[in-house]
Amino acid sequence: MKLSALQQSYLGRRSNSFRSSGPLDSSSDGAFKSPAAVFWLVLHGLSCLISLLLGFRFSRLVFLLLSTSSTYTSPFHSPTELAKTLDIRSVIPADPVGNVPLPFPNKTATNSRVVVGRHGIRIRPWPHPNPVEVMKAHRIIERVQTEQRLQFGVKDPRKIIVVTPTYVRTFQSLHLTGVMHSLMLVPYDLVWIVVEAGGVSNETASLIAKSGLRTIHVGFNQRMSNSWDGRHKLETKMRLRGLRIVREKKLDGIVIFADDSNMHSMELFDEIQNVKWFGAVSVGILASSANIDETVVEKRGEEENPRMPVQGPACNVSNMLAGWHTFNTLPFAGKSAVYIDDRATVLPRKLEWSGFVLNSRLLWKDGDKPEWMKDIDTLDGDIESPLDLVKDPSVVEPLGSCGRRVLLWWLRVEARADSKFPPRLRNSNNRSLTESMRLDCERILFFDFDNSGSVSLARWIIDPPLEITVPSKRTPWPDTPPELPSHEKPVIGIQEPIIKHTTKTRTSRSKRRSKRKHDETRTDRRTTGFDKTLQN
Amino acid sequence: MRKWFWGFLFIAFGFVCSIAAERNPRTERISGSAGDVLEDDPVGRLKVYVYELPSKYNKKILQKDPRCLSHMFAAEIYMHRFLLSSPVRTLNPEEADWFYTPIYATCDLTPTGLPLPFKSPRMVRSAIQLISSSWPYWNRTEGADHFFVVPHDFGACFHYQEEKAIERGILPILQRATLVQTFGQRNHVCLNEGSITIPPYAPPQKMQARQIPLDTPRSIFVYFRGLFYDVNNDPEGGYYARGARAAVWENFKNNPLFDISTEHPTTYYEDMQRAIFCLCPLGWAPWSPRLVEAVVFGCIPIIIADDIVLPFADAIPWEEIGVFVAEEDVPKLDTILTSIPPEVILRKQRLLANPSMKRAMLFPQPALPGDAFHQILNGLARKLPHQKIIHLKPGEKILNWTAGPVGDLKPW
Repeated sequence: MKLSALQQSYLGRRSNSFRSSGPLDSSSDGAFKSPAAVFWLVLHGLSCLISLLLGFRFSRLVFLLLSTSSTYTSPFHSPTELAKTLDIRSVIPADPVGNVPLPFPNKTATNSRVVVGRHGIRIRPWPHPNPVEVMKAHRIIERVQTEQRLQFGVKDPRKIIVVTPTYVRTFQSLHLTGVMHSLMLVPYDLVWIVVEAGGVSNETASLIAKSGLRTIHVGFNQRMSNSWDGRHKLETKMRLRGLRIVREKKLDGIVIFADDSNMHSMELFDEIQNVKWFGAVSVGILASSANIDETVVEKRGEEENPRMPVQGPACNVSNMLAGWHTFNTLPFAGKSAVYIDDRATVLPRKLEWSGFVLNSRLLWKDGDKPEWMKDIDTLDGDIESPLDLVKDPSVVEPLGSCGRRVLLWWLRVEARADSKFPPRLRNSNNRSLTESMRLDCERILFFDFDNSGSVSLARWIIDPPLEITVPSKRTPWPDTPPELPSHEKPVIGIQEPIIKHTTKTRTSRSKRRSKRKHDETRTDRRTTGFDKTLQN
Repeated sequence: MRKWFWGFLFIAFGFVCSIAAERNPRTERISGSAGDVLEDDPVGRLKVYVYELPSKYNKKILQKDPRCLSHMFAAEIYMHRFLLSSPVRTLNPEEADWFYTPIYATCDLTPTGLPLPFKSPRMVRSAIQLISSSWPYWNRTEGADHFFVVPHDFGACFHYQEEKAIERGILPILQRATLVQTFGQRNHVCLNEGSITIPPYAPPQKMQARQIPLDTPRSIFVYFRGLFYDVNNDPEGGYYARGARAAVWENFKNNPLFDISTEHPTTYYEDMQRAIFCLCPLGWAPWSPRLVEAVVFGCIPIIIADDIVLPFADAIPWEEIGVFVAEEDVPKLDTILTSIPPEVILRKQRLLANPSMKRAMLFPQPALPGDAFHQILNGLARKLPHQKIIHLKPGEKILNWTAGPVGDLKPW
């Protein structure tokens, strides 16, 4: 809004401050050298020289001492810099010209509290967030969002019944915690049915107890096999067990199958509220493999990003269900994983259970339900795909704008065979200290038993703290130094010194909507640095 | 008889239900100090006569620089166009209540797009000399039933620097006219008692095009994008915005609740729709288009500008819609905001959701009922009927035509 300050305006500004009530002086036109102007020029030059010698702006000090009238004072808490010395000037505007006898208000401009001029920048002694207030602000945000949901969101939301098959293994807490946190964020009523292979265990129980959700934890009397095929079959049986619980307890809501290693988006839970009886959503398949980088890079050197395969309903132009997108297993023929700890690609089935949702009334023994739903008591576990639950697959409702939106992602990642996951309570012997664990993605040596030898719960505890850390072979950050000493404060270039007012760059902090990878890696780097310092 | 009784009860019940259902729970009616006037129709309440000035005062200026149509001072141009085709316009000046002079005084732009006000006083003066000599209506009242649109920084003081503007004061020949301006500050020279404050121009199509679905949750607590220090003109701070913007930065740059920075993101409009509060601090002048943007996007405006007079202050109860924070309370801004009860916040959001509120802040083309053009006309209509005293006796002169700086008297 402003052009650069002209010399005349500067002189004019200064002369205003020393004139309490003067006539209108058009000092803006022309450059007339009156003695007063020359005097101010000389004074200005003198102040500049003195400031050069002293190192701060001398003229401010003079003004502070000389300024008499002040209609407006303000307290200030400022850092030690002298440059922020308060400089109070009052500019009393001249009365408007034109004595009109009309009922024109006589401008007593001295009534105004607001003055033009240099004001101090008020900074409170501790300019940092107050945690109490941050919590209050979050409650306000929550309340506003609840109101938004009431007004624009789903009307009459139904309860969500989540069926999860799981079993105790190395990565169980990793996967289950992910699902748990997603479910804790769901804004609707929730019931979580956890079916565990091998019976109810303390590990799983303690894990899901942290969620605060209403959970139904049942055991399934069969141990999980170590082949993917066997695992899929057992999981199907466990899901049917969960559906039987829904029938027994006559739970009313929408049943969704959340496998413990899947990733769910929050929009999924909003979208499934639209289901009437039996619906299907699109599932993105993250077929993982440790070798996938090399194979992919060899084959398709020129292709930018291999597309993620998606399983789900396919619609024709009139948005009616026309068929199904399934997973194409041909490229992986012969190279897929057979055993759970194989390093090859883990393939999903043709249609994954997690892509289907159903109204729980379909499972009740009595009540009005469509006649195309089979009774689950008549089936017994050997179902290939969830479509076998219905007699006529065309009744399935496609959700997520007819399958075009991918709302959840399927992934199967398990630890290597030689990962010595601590055994369960009833099997534990008094194992000695030095057990080393190696996981698939990172190589961290750590010790995790307490000296007494009994294992209460299989938690990953780094106790005693790490003495040696070996950096992993491949990091996504190109400039990480090769050695990561754990005892020193990490030297990270992004921690710029916080200079008060001359720089306009922000200190890096995680931005909510940062889409740039650069920023994400910077924040990641910083958090790993903090983790390391926390251990000391 | 029983049947009739039940029938009557049923009808009464239905009537009550329909009344209750009519009140939309998402919005609330807005009524300011002048009453429930946002939706008044000015047609039939006043008549405006538009002077035909030579095109050197309007069209030629616009032709020289078409950027004037999209900057925040474009209200003067659009007001002219609206009045030319509005039903309140009359071609018979004898029956007119108000007279409008179309001068585009804010269209002399620098290469970077900032308007230079140095020639505007001379232009206005020359235009008034023209209308006072060609038509008798100016001399009849010395301009008391004329209105001018002056959307510049400090209105009719015609300067961008506040001290200079205060020094000049309102142009002497415009002292009796009604000024329609964006600047508003109580007890300030550049705001006359009867002036009408209007919002600055913000492009309506751009804002409509960037709307996001209404169920997107508002997750940003406080949002602001803009300068905190004007390094070109005031590098140390303290002068720009009376130190208020600098104080906001110094106090809250580390606060995760405050999403403030000097960036120019492309998602500015979308972000505002995801924020609960939007800061609208003063800059070199107390007004800014941020207020309009905040209102249109449903973000509660936090106004940090002492003694500011907001647009259409008599029709819109700004106290109930926005949050006013004194400049000296800026260090306590987070405490102030978190201590607002949630019901009050929800009520403010309901008031902002009222479509008539959003319409009143915009200058759409073509004009829609209830928009800012109509609010200006409503404001003018509320000032009617003119008092008898404004009509001067023949030969009586009040205004001093030679007052003001010498440079203003040069012809244009």
